[in-house]
Amino acid sequence: MNKIQSARNIGGYVPMVDGPEKVSGRARYTADILQPGMLTGRIFRSPYSHGEILDVDISQALRLPGVKAIVTGADCDKTFGVLPIARSEYPLARDKVRYRGEPVAAIVAVDDATARKALSLIKLNIRELPACYTVEAATAAGAVQIHKRKPGNIERDIIFEIGDVESGFKEADLVREATSNCAEVCQNQMEMHAAIADYDALRDRLTVHASTQVPYYVHLMLAQILDMDMSRIRVIRPQVGGGFGARSEALNIELIAALLARKIGGCVRMVTSREETFITHRGRPETDIRLKIGMRKDGRITAVECECDQRGGAHSGYGTVTILYSGSMLYAIYDLHNVKYTGRRVLTNTPPCGAMRGHGTVDIRFAFENLLDQMARELELDPFAVRRANYLSAPTFTDNDLMVNSYGLPECIDWVERESGWKARRGKLAKGKGLGMACSHYVSGASNPVNASGDPHATVKIKLDFDGSLAVLSGAAEIGQGSSTMLAQAVCEVLGLDLSRIRVIASDSDLVPKDTGAYSSRITFIVGNAAIAAAQNLKGILIAAAARKLEAKPDEIECLGELYRVGAQDKGITFDEVAAEALKGGGAITATGHYSTIPESRGGNKYRGAAIGASMGYSYSAQVVEVSVDEGTGVVTVDKVWVAHDCGRALNRLTVEGQVQGSVWMGMGQAMSEETGYHDGLMLTGNMLDYRVPTIQDSPPIEVGIIESNDPHGPFGAKEAGEGSLAAFLPALTNAIADAIGIRFNDLPVTPDRVFAAIEKSRR
Amino acid sequence: MAQLLQLTLNGRARVDAVPDNLLLLYYLRELVGLTGTKTGCDGGECGACTVLIDDEPRLSCLMLAASVAGRRVDTVESLGEDGQLSAVQRGFHEKLGSQCGYCTPGFIMSSVGLLRRNPRPTDDEIRAALGGNICRCTGYVKIIEAVKHAIELHEAGVEP
Repeated sequence: MNKIQSARNIGGYVPMVDGPEKVSGRARYTADILQPGMLTGRIFRSPYSHGEILDVDISQALRLPGVKAIVTGADCDKTFGVLPIARSEYPLARDKVRYRGEPVAAIVAVDDATARKALSLIKLNIRELPACYTVEAATAAGAVQIHKRKPGNIERDIIFEIGDVESGFKEADLVREATSNCAEVCQNQMEMHAAIADYDALRDRLTVHASTQVPYYVHLMLAQILDMDMSRIRVIRPQVGGGFGARSEALNIELIAALLARKIGGCVRMVTSREETFITHRGRPETDIRLKIGMRKDGRITAVECECDQRGGAHSGYGTVTILYSGSMLYAIYDLHNVKYTGRRVLTNTPPCGAMRGHGTVDIRFAFENLLDQMARELELDPFAVRRANYLSAPTFTDNDLMVNSYGLPECIDWVERESGWKARRGKLAKGKGLGMACSHYVSGASNPVNASGDPHATVKIKLDFDGSLAVLSGAAEIGQGSSTMLAQAVCEVLGLDLSRIRVIASDSDLVPKDTGAYSSRITFIVGNAAIAAAQNLKGILIAAAARKLEAKPDEIECLGELYRVGAQDKGITFDEVAAEALKGGGAITATGHYSTIPESRGGNKYRGAAIGASMGYSYSAQVVEVSVDEGTGVVTVDKVWVAHDCGRALNRLTVEGQVQGSVWMGMGQAMSEETGYHDGLMLTGNMLDYRVPTIQDSPPIEVGIIESNDPHGPFGAKEAGEGSLAAFLPALTNAIADAIGIRFNDLPVTPDRVFAAIEKSRR
Repeated sequence: MAQLLQLTLNGRARVDAVPDNLLLLYYLRELVGLTGTKTGCDGGECGACTVLIDDEPRLSCLMLAASVAGRRVDTVESLGEDGQLSAVQRGFHEKLGSQCGYCTPGFIMSSVGLLRRNPRPTDDEIRAALGGNICRCTGYVKIIEAVKHAIELHEAGVEP
């Protein structure tokens, strides 16, 4: 046996491998890359919500000294979109504009002032059409059709019934129904969208620096939009200032920058404003939910009926996937049978939504846990008891064929109940104070990639050469979540080496293997497993080399990281000596590891689209939120949050805690203050004052419990940690408010004016 | 028009010709090339561009470069000595006060400003000093831990 000497990094508190660059100002984000001769790109956006383009007059703008070129819809007749079935979007509008702020033309000029001046000289001649800003308006009889191929403005509808809902409700002792409205929210990541495109006309080669979570999808879409061979394109992902799903598909920014760069045969820097970043938001759609649950006296759920409408905006984006997630992810948290789901993804004349953190699961989970709490009260059951009455028993497959192998929800629930002092404190707090609890879950990577191409779901390479250092090559996008640190840890753990031996290179399509990117919380599970496989392959090569050198059999070699030996009496040889031996003959070594999800994990076919929601493993979260409600002003203060997250195994406790706290807090923003607002399609909240993100003064202590259920397929047992805890905050908050003042909120965000109005109404 | 700007930037005297309407933020980033100071919003909303002017945290996006003539301006690049991280930098790195890192230089400069005028701030004083800096990753919990760690390091003799 080859014993592994652990570097003791897995399970520790490991600061990020790229942390020193971030705290010293040396980390380079896209907008930080400044080169002499760079030109500035700016986008001319539609001031209309909906209309037929009659003419885009760029003649005056082109005559302005310093303007190098202008592109319009006439320059590109190809469409893009993350889903191969729904590529409806042109980088620059052609024929029609469909939302206020849609790119119509783009200018490249010698400097920003010239580019901005030129914007004011472009004239858009349009025949305005009626616009639909709400689901109700877009689905009304006779509503104007936004896309030719989408009658009734339905991007995707879906109905499934698994089990028998009618008889399920008959078995119930209590049936309740609630309607909820969750406002549209968006990522508002700190780094504004940015891209730099450099076209080398001599060689017909394009290099794009893009602030993206998905360099490979950007690569694909650049090839499609520019009609270029993929081999002529290079995509570099510099440091990325947050994603949260805003950048989980190619955006028009990088595509437009590339169109400009090719037109002028030069380098174009496109950095958008905060307002433009809001317009290009790809956030969580406004969602209306009608939910009906049947429950027995003991808390057991007998049937669920759910209708969900999402206001998707003017283009598909991830929309089809979002509306499917909302249905499929009713499952895999509780033991549900008899479920009916009706979903509609609706097109409207507002900026397109996308895949925001907790994709598709958050608003539905809010409605569900909020109603569970209400029903628990009516049945005089403790809300914890209701959850406990509905546990899954893993391993299992849900009725919609989702594979659940590890299930730490019971331990999460026990942890937050204990740590919050629930039993002793609930119902005994001062007036205006309350405690609420709720649960949530999320996938650890979609088992079915959206752009399946037959190759493995992840590939990682490790290069070892004369210097004895290891370069881990991966396309996994580090966006601040700790992806590169995780890769370094995984490789070190297998080889027993210190992190200082490793460099992670994850940023350049010329160097790294393809990776589909940072979304659906896939990197730890899917790329982590590929990294382990690569490290194991390298270890095999090193052990064979050590055996040659030590004149032993490979299975006699003991690998202690920096030392390889034959038994405890052998003084052995160093890693560097082993590496030198391994390089003999063949030179530099590249060990490769692959990972693909197993077929059983890929979901079933009980309805069309049932593969969405399928994952190798699900994370679980439980939360208790403590609030104080000021009944005079309606202001709600979150005093404390206790959250337990089942991440399978914490590869890095520091980053797991950070991810869980960040998720909970982002849920708090959605629940309490965040909301995009429009007036006739004009964004009213395109800045960080009107789009209210909680400040440090508004933010509570968040105590994290890490639950380790050790998933049998997870890398060292790990599952996701960065999304699953977001959703539970929302209902835990409304449940806590209901506990505090006896008023239940079904609409989000719960702003002071809403609370105040509800208190006033209750007093009448 | 333009004028000659004389200032002390990160401990070094400089003279530059700057347009009258050039913001301090773009002077630092594009003219000098110190890109550690970040642009995070369209003006005064997020704190990512915070620098120290005579040790006071200020938003470089709301100031003209010409207005700092004769002043001492410090950016995140000024911190640390002999290649070592400063106390606040170590705090943010070791306690994960930084995830994506984009807001980090602003938080660090606000924190350095705080520790220079108040070496032992309370939790409430930390929150008040960082109230103008937005972070979208951390939920701020580890940012407060980072500053507290920096206070300990500072007390042990590491420059903030």
